[in-house]
Amino acid sequence: MKRKGLLLALMSTLLLLLTGCEPLLVLNPKGPQAQTQANTIIFSIIVMAFVLLVVYVLFVVFLSKYRASKLPDDYEPPYEKGNKWLEIIWIAIPVLIVAVLSVVTVKTTNAVEKVPVGYENQKPLVIYAASSNWKWHFSYPEENIETVNYVNIPTNRPVEFRMYSYGPITSFWIPQLGGQKYAMSDMVTKLHFVAEHEASMMGRNSNFSGEGYAHMEFEVLSMSPKKFDEWVNDVKANESEITEAEFDKLLATPHVGRKSYTGTHLTFSPAPEGEHAGHNHGSDSTSDDMDHSNMDHGDMDHEDMDQSEHSESEHSNHE
Amino acid sequence: MKVNHTLPLEYRTEENSNKILGFWIFLGAEIALFATLFAVYLTLWQRAGNGPTAAEIFEMKPVLAETFLLLTSSFTIGLAVHSMRLGLKKPTLVFYLITLLLGAGFLGIEIFEFYTYVHEGATLQTSAFLSSLFILLGTHGAHVTLGLLWGIAIMIQIKREGFNEYTANKSFIFSLYWHFLDVVWIFIFSFVYLKGLM
Amino acid sequence: MKWDEFFVTGEPMIYGAMASIVLVSVAIVVGLTYFKKWGYLWREWLTTVDHKRIGIMYIIAALLMLFRGGMDGLLMRGQLARPENGLLDAQHYNEIFTTHGVIMILFMAMPFIIGLMNVVVPLQIGARDVAFPRLNAVSFWLFFFGAMLFNISFVIGGSPDAGWTAYFPLASNEFSPTVGINYYAIALQIAGIGTLMTGINFIVTIIKMRAPGMSLMKMPMFTWSVLITCVIITFAFPVLTIALALMTVDRLFGGQFFTMANGGMDMLWANLFWVWGHPEVYIVILPAFGIYSEIISTFSKKNLYGYTSMVVSMVAISALSFLVWAHHFYTMGHGAMVNGIFSITTMAIAVPTGVKIFNWLFTLRKGKIQFTTPMMYSLAFIPIFTVGGVTGVMLAMASADYQYHNTMFLVAHFHYVLIPGTVFAVIAGMYYWFPKLFGFRLNERQGKLTFWVIAISFNVTFLPLFFLGLKGMTRRMYTYSAETGFGPLNLIASIGAVGLAIGFGLLVYNIYWSFRYAPRDTTGDPWDARTLEWATHSPIPDYNFAITPKVQSLDCFWNMKKGKEKLFEDELEEIHMPSNSGQPFILGVIFFFLGFALVFSWWVPAIIGGLGVLVMLGIRTFERDHGYHIPVSEIKKTEQRLRGETV
Repeated sequence: MKRKGLLLALMSTLLLLLTGCEPLLVLNPKGPQAQTQANTIIFSIIVMAFVLLVVYVLFVVFLSKYRASKLPDDYEPPYEKGNKWLEIIWIAIPVLIVAVLSVVTVKTTNAVEKVPVGYENQKPLVIYAASSNWKWHFSYPEENIETVNYVNIPTNRPVEFRMYSYGPITSFWIPQLGGQKYAMSDMVTKLHFVAEHEASMMGRNSNFSGEGYAHMEFEVLSMSPKKFDEWVNDVKANESEITEAEFDKLLATPHVGRKSYTGTHLTFSPAPEGEHAGHNHGSDSTSDDMDHSNMDHGDMDHEDMDQSEHSESEHSNHE
Repeated sequence: MKVNHTLPLEYRTEENSNKILGFWIFLGAEIALFATLFAVYLTLWQRAGNGPTAAEIFEMKPVLAETFLLLTSSFTIGLAVHSMRLGLKKPTLVFYLITLLLGAGFLGIEIFEFYTYVHEGATLQTSAFLSSLFILLGTHGAHVTLGLLWGIAIMIQIKREGFNEYTANKSFIFSLYWHFLDVVWIFIFSFVYLKGLM
Repeated sequence: MKWDEFFVTGEPMIYGAMASIVLVSVAIVVGLTYFKKWGYLWREWLTTVDHKRIGIMYIIAALLMLFRGGMDGLLMRGQLARPENGLLDAQHYNEIFTTHGVIMILFMAMPFIIGLMNVVVPLQIGARDVAFPRLNAVSFWLFFFGAMLFNISFVIGGSPDAGWTAYFPLASNEFSPTVGINYYAIALQIAGIGTLMTGINFIVTIIKMRAPGMSLMKMPMFTWSVLITCVIITFAFPVLTIALALMTVDRLFGGQFFTMANGGMDMLWANLFWVWGHPEVYIVILPAFGIYSEIISTFSKKNLYGYTSMVVSMVAISALSFLVWAHHFYTMGHGAMVNGIFSITTMAIAVPTGVKIFNWLFTLRKGKIQFTTPMMYSLAFIPIFTVGGVTGVMLAMASADYQYHNTMFLVAHFHYVLIPGTVFAVIAGMYYWFPKLFGFRLNERQGKLTFWVIAISFNVTFLPLFFLGLKGMTRRMYTYSAETGFGPLNLIASIGAVGLAIGFGLLVYNIYWSFRYAPRDTTGDPWDARTLEWATHSPIPDYNFAITPKVQSLDCFWNMKKGKEKLFEDELEEIHMPSNSGQPFILGVIFFFLGFALVFSWWVPAIIGGLGVLVMLGIRTFERDHGYHIPVSEIKKTEQRLRGETV
């Protein structure tokens, strides 16, 4: 047993060394949300290390002290029914730990669902992030541009990502900005991020969605607001308009590289939010899932959503 | 084999009382099964898509008839078990027969109801609401169908062998099953039809 | 349908598998014919209703599936060993991680546990058999043919490839047009029905068939864990039944439950799946806790510490297991409120689990600890499982889970829970109860060596994955680029996987070696154990106990050995036994046929199969099987023979 403890310790140091060379993305945040999450993770690791320590100490002590080879041959282990006080202790302390962690969890979960503290008064940059087999489309409705497989954002300004999917459920994840959230075909989910540093960050789909899933990665580039505006103007000046035909072709192609367009697909293929939400879009193919012919059902859809969501799958984006 | 003569015939051997307990637990599992189906139905029942809604296709009259038939059959199966306890073979068989006929009547109306829905363009493939409706009703209907076959098999056995530890045990367990289907129907009546028509 | 669509083609590895399946089948048929064993196989095994033999068949099937699932795991690790590796393509990788998950949970862990349940529970409560021996055989054959149906998918029609969770809309006809997911829905359905019946069977067995004097609170801990597990099975499996039925309706009959149009709701599948799926985790872990309780108490030479709190904590875990399912998809965007509630219920499970850990530790205290192979696994379980447990608490915190979800961190966590939790437990249980079944112990020296190889390799394989997760590597990626920096840690993990494979190879060799050379045990109690199963002979006679024991205390056999109580005081009486039957096996074959027809939507054969099932039910209801009686004289002879006396 001791040998194994040693081995474990050795291995962990080795791992730390190995990983020390390249930082753990999740613990190397570039914005307040990821920072909150990294703090939560570190805090929980410390608390859990304490739990592990208690168990390991008891384990090592009991094993070394009460092994048969160390005890006299005529030693008869006593009959022990249990001990009320000990049991109270090892119920009460874990309950306390769980209570502390619960408070932390509820607080931080609320925090990461909202616009980061200090940025509430700024107007957020809205970016729609839609996944299709197997790529990401980013639409900037106000800037009136669209990109594929990369997204540029200004620093120190809240960014509101609105996610949805043109097919299987995917999960939109930029570890250094904050935790992930699912993108689904029938509703829009939201993430509020702020990048506080200029950096190139990895973003990807983390929810298995079929054959091309491994390659559903995109680059997130945070840049100063000035550079961001320059980039937007650059795209507008140089890139062609995205048309419905062009967009359908994009949807049908499994893998494409980076693309930039003037205009967004939202004008002819709106996101499933507001009057377009719900599951009532009666079409078979992925490419024209957001069919216009259903727009007049808007009011009905709305009512449907509100009443039919059962409590445990309540979605945060009810509007 | 342990035999306790103070108990009713269907409980008398150890094996028989095990079977009855086992069947109660099975009914527990069936409750979980139907509860899941109800949860699915209640989640989806307003998601009619482009198809008809509940209020558009439900009709009260056949449903009331179904309810009446099934409730009555629950009463007659009770009478059958009562007659069995008294050792009366013929009345038991008669009440069994009435129960099964009522069950068959229920099933007939349900099939007709399904036929009407499909005729109106409301099929399993139309919408999530209709899928969940057909599967909930269909699962109950399949249980009734299986019950009819099972009931006939038990009737043949009682006719051949009279009451013994096998037939008594089987018919008692069958009565539990039949009452259970009745209870499920009451829930269907309230949470599907009444809710849908309100 | 064309033949090249029917069989999976174009993969050299699969051609190899096909060839080996054919060769092994031919070898089995030729072997059985040559040694004239067909009759033996049919009489003694295929038609048996004896809980011990059914248990052995479960365990053999589980071991086979362990190697099938292990092979999948090994291939996955092989593919991930290097960046941009070309061992497998995306499609093949997607199939094997799906089958790895399904097989390991449903066709390895569950049947292994159920096998041990079958062998041990009737003995521990002093019963002749389970309450419904025939139903027990039906359960086994449904599981077995369900597993076979699932396994042939990789040569006929193609394996499921949407993950063991098979989320919609990915699992819909639109995104998974092959029959793979049909196999998933139907094979799991068949095996699941078998499991549900096992659950009911064992609840009745434990409630009604305990030896006189054994009140509920004098029941051995393993039996308690099985009782609670079976209650979970009874209430969780119907949910799976429905979920799979709806999936089948969607895929085969054009239903609209989980579709993207016409009102369907993809996340409804995820909810149903996890309402079953989370309790399922406890179905495989609670009996493991029971096994550890027995083994730790036996080899500490001490009674189990805090028996009552052990029972209460298991009941608490079973109740909580139904209230935590949404933690599997915190990230679907339900509000902070819902996530908060599910975080708290999830973390609450840590409390009863902690109680159990401390009770085991305090059972060791003041004991006289013997380091036998089963004890080594049980001891290693405590520190390794605790890592799995605390990372579970970390994952339970919704805000942090947004960063762990779908990553290798999660993969590491559940392997840290399931391998030391369940796999170590079933191996420990196998070593522990092996002499009871076969009359000799597995070799201890080899056993300990195997233990070290497995325990160390396990940590080498799965510890790096925690770090990979934090580095941003998600699960189910068939490849990654060198720039990600995932390479070195993945290589370490893959080396560990090879170690695990060697470990399991050694385990099989140990079984083989011990069958040939291990000395026979004549005492029936080689470990100096405490509970009733050790009070009869090994191997166990058909009737288990010649005289029904009368129990006065929890560790009744231990107390009997100390001269404190008497177990067997009654006179010998003739014993009633259930007779064998071929019906369960035939029913299994019919279900296999029915399932296969449904997978390919062959309606006429499917209807014939369905009628076949009805016919079998009809035959059963008209059957009058009175069983048979073993006369006292024969019991006396058997007892003398087993005691080693000459007749």
